[in-house]
Amino acid sequence: MKEWRYLVAENRGTLLAVAIFVAIFIIYTANHPAGLTANVAQTAANKGVLLAFVAMAQTMVVITAGIDLSVGMIFILTNCLASWLVVGTPGETALGVVAVLLCGLLCGALNGAIVIFGRLQPIVATIATGAIYFGIALMLRPFPGGSVNEDLADALTGKLFGIIPSSLVVLALVVLVVWVPFSRSLYGRTAYAAGSSEAAAYMSGIPIGRSKFLAYTLAGLLASIGGLFLTFFTYTGEAAFASGNAYTLFSIAAVVLGGVSLFGGRGSVIGAIFGALAFRTIGDLLFVFDFDPLWQPLFQGVVLLVAVSLGAFGLFRVRNRLEWFL
Amino acid sequence: MTATREPGGDLLFRMEGISKRYGGVRALENADLPVQAGRIHAILGENGAGKSTLIKIMAGVVAPDEGRMLMDGREVSFASPAEANAAGIACIFQELSLIPDLSVADNIAISAPPRRFGLIDRKAQRRLAEEALARAGADDIHPRTLVKDLPLSRRQMVEIAKALARNPRILILDEATSALTASDVAKVFAVLKRLRAEGMALLYISHRMHEIAELADDCTVFRNGRKVATYAAGTRSDAEVVEMMIGREYSNVFPPKPARARTGETPILELRNLSWGERLRDISLTIARGEVVGLGGLDGQGQRELLLALFGVLRGCTGEVLVEGKPVRVSSPAQARSERIGMALIPEDRKTEGLMLPMTVRENLSFAALDRVSRAGVIDKTQEDRRIEEMVRLLAIKTAGVDIPVGALSGGNQQKVVIAKWLMRGPRIILLNDPTRGIDVGTKQEIYALLRRLADDGASILFYSTDYDELIGCCDRVLVLYDGQVVNTLEGDGITEHALIASALNIGDRIRAQGGAA
Repeated sequence: MKEWRYLVAENRGTLLAVAIFVAIFIIYTANHPAGLTANVAQTAANKGVLLAFVAMAQTMVVITAGIDLSVGMIFILTNCLASWLVVGTPGETALGVVAVLLCGLLCGALNGAIVIFGRLQPIVATIATGAIYFGIALMLRPFPGGSVNEDLADALTGKLFGIIPSSLVVLALVVLVVWVPFSRSLYGRTAYAAGSSEAAAYMSGIPIGRSKFLAYTLAGLLASIGGLFLTFFTYTGEAAFASGNAYTLFSIAAVVLGGVSLFGGRGSVIGAIFGALAFRTIGDLLFVFDFDPLWQPLFQGVVLLVAVSLGAFGLFRVRNRLEWFL
Repeated sequence: MTATREPGGDLLFRMEGISKRYGGVRALENADLPVQAGRIHAILGENGAGKSTLIKIMAGVVAPDEGRMLMDGREVSFASPAEANAAGIACIFQELSLIPDLSVADNIAISAPPRRFGLIDRKAQRRLAEEALARAGADDIHPRTLVKDLPLSRRQMVEIAKALARNPRILILDEATSALTASDVAKVFAVLKRLRAEGMALLYISHRMHEIAELADDCTVFRNGRKVATYAAGTRSDAEVVEMMIGREYSNVFPPKPARARTGETPILELRNLSWGERLRDISLTIARGEVVGLGGLDGQGQRELLLALFGVLRGCTGEVLVEGKPVRVSSPAQARSERIGMALIPEDRKTEGLMLPMTVRENLSFAALDRVSRAGVIDKTQEDRRIEEMVRLLAIKTAGVDIPVGALSGGNQQKVVIAKWLMRGPRIILLNDPTRGIDVGTKQEIYALLRRLADDGASILFYSTDYDELIGCCDRVLVLYDGQVVNTLEGDGITEHALIASALNIGDRIRAQGGAA
């Protein structure tokens, strides 16, 4: 086999996600009344990156064969916190950003500690912590309000050189600073290994506990970057329960769409990002086709179902039926 | 280093008085083992003799209850596989320790990948993997292949390369050749001999006598968790070795077998030329009413697959299955257990495939037979109670009541629940997959008696066991499998330990080949 074939085989899920996104985005822009302009791209990017950050967070945990049902609530909590702290002089704003990111890290670390050292199931543990994070968000913002440093907000949600959406640039930077080092570290490798076969990973004598803990913690950090961006877009903080839940569930959909296996050990953050962008574009397709918005959830569900089915063809090749349950 | 080996090279590692119990089961008792540099030390013994426990202790997977281990004369203890690794002990396990979703190179380098600036250096890792693969004689494997895409024999070679990449001082191979093709075995042997010449200590666990004859410098035989003897290779005859492995303790734990002529009767179950990929090849067998047929052979020669194939779990099987002379198609366990076929499978792993541990004894017992105790889809409580009570009595299940979680019962009683659950359906054909593994002698004896009673009542039983004594004591006939094929059928007084071991090792190959050519 040629080298490039291995590259394709290693990144099959990610490439499929890119292909799905490109296909849907072409349909979207082709039917958009304005076509593909810098403004259309900017709007699409800004809608997409929020879910992209939350989906990145979800990916970190899903790789270890866990699931984080609190990412949406960390996203909401950090939004509320940012609406208090990310204000004032550039110095104060910078401190505020750091504090918000720290808050996300802490939330993730708490999830990790409960799941790994407390040995609770990720699903239950993160439902509980999610409720706690939302509770704190409510106390911070009983009513929608607050503000944000608008210079910073406009810079990060605008266009770079009048053409490139800044939010995409930030997204790329986060991938470079968080994901690339993680995935190439011993900890990242171990996170994959633990997700793929925890027993084999244990037998290989690699640091499973610390790696999973790091994955949960970074998930919190990534969700808080999402929370920051939500504040930059809305200029306010709001403890919106429905929105938090929706982001959690959509992040799981985006992750699956992005070729990340819910059984762990397979997939990448890059795939999840394209999964998130594709998912958002699916939601917007209706508007360019001028359908009744009431059809959106139904339509979105159908397209999602078709997209994730593409990844399930492998099951037809299974020869020992017990392997269906592995 | 010279080609001839002196007895008593450098003593690298020593085990002294090591004991280990699992619950009430004694896995290892007061074991001593000297390991010398530059020698290959073979460990022999039947299934359950304590070999696996011994190497798990050396590899830091389980901790011993008693005894001590010395490395270079200093006492050591390993809390985890990582610590054993750090001390220079690498182990190639029977159950593979590879991560399926990672590449070959990732796996080989997993415990200490080469790093630059804290990040894994992919190029250096690639070189390391290529070197290790070349050292293991497996340079045909591309380092970027995902492990899950490799066939079993190639994975085993990766496993060997992975162990070598750690530059261990002691290398343990636990049935490392069982999945390999003949040409790979030759390559691995050449590698092992080279490592020995380089001064590595090798522990070699295998059932295959001819491999041990070719490789070993020293041999140690274990039986029932105790060390029988350590001797220099070549100083004992094969017959003596087999005798040491078997021991001479026989007791009357098995019920008497009836003497019966079964000619002219339509078999209850008949298989014609069943095949499933490479794992099952052209298997034909018949089981008459009231007959107990055993499946023997080394572990992993297709016995489990045969039972799963019969029970409709495997897809893509070819061949014919006949029940009472009529051809049937079984494509799921639900069909296999239907009235028309009446099959039951007592699975190998009661904890995952046999029981729902947190649910009650009652619920577990009635799962398989709910349709038999309900009317119009509603469970008839009185009838259910009656049948359950019957079963608890029949199998003498010791439980504080039928409404406690089945997980609270002892292993032996759990296994009885698994069997009872299927007996509630009154099956005609009972398949058993190593049903007495890990349970106490008393319960074993009850199960043997039960099997014979069921057969006498007309059931047909196909019984896979890794315990030769069981096959000899319980079965009317034994089919010995090797590499997915039936290589021998033993009957009546012909079922002896010597015959079973000889067929399992497939030593008779040459004789049959000559017979076939004539």
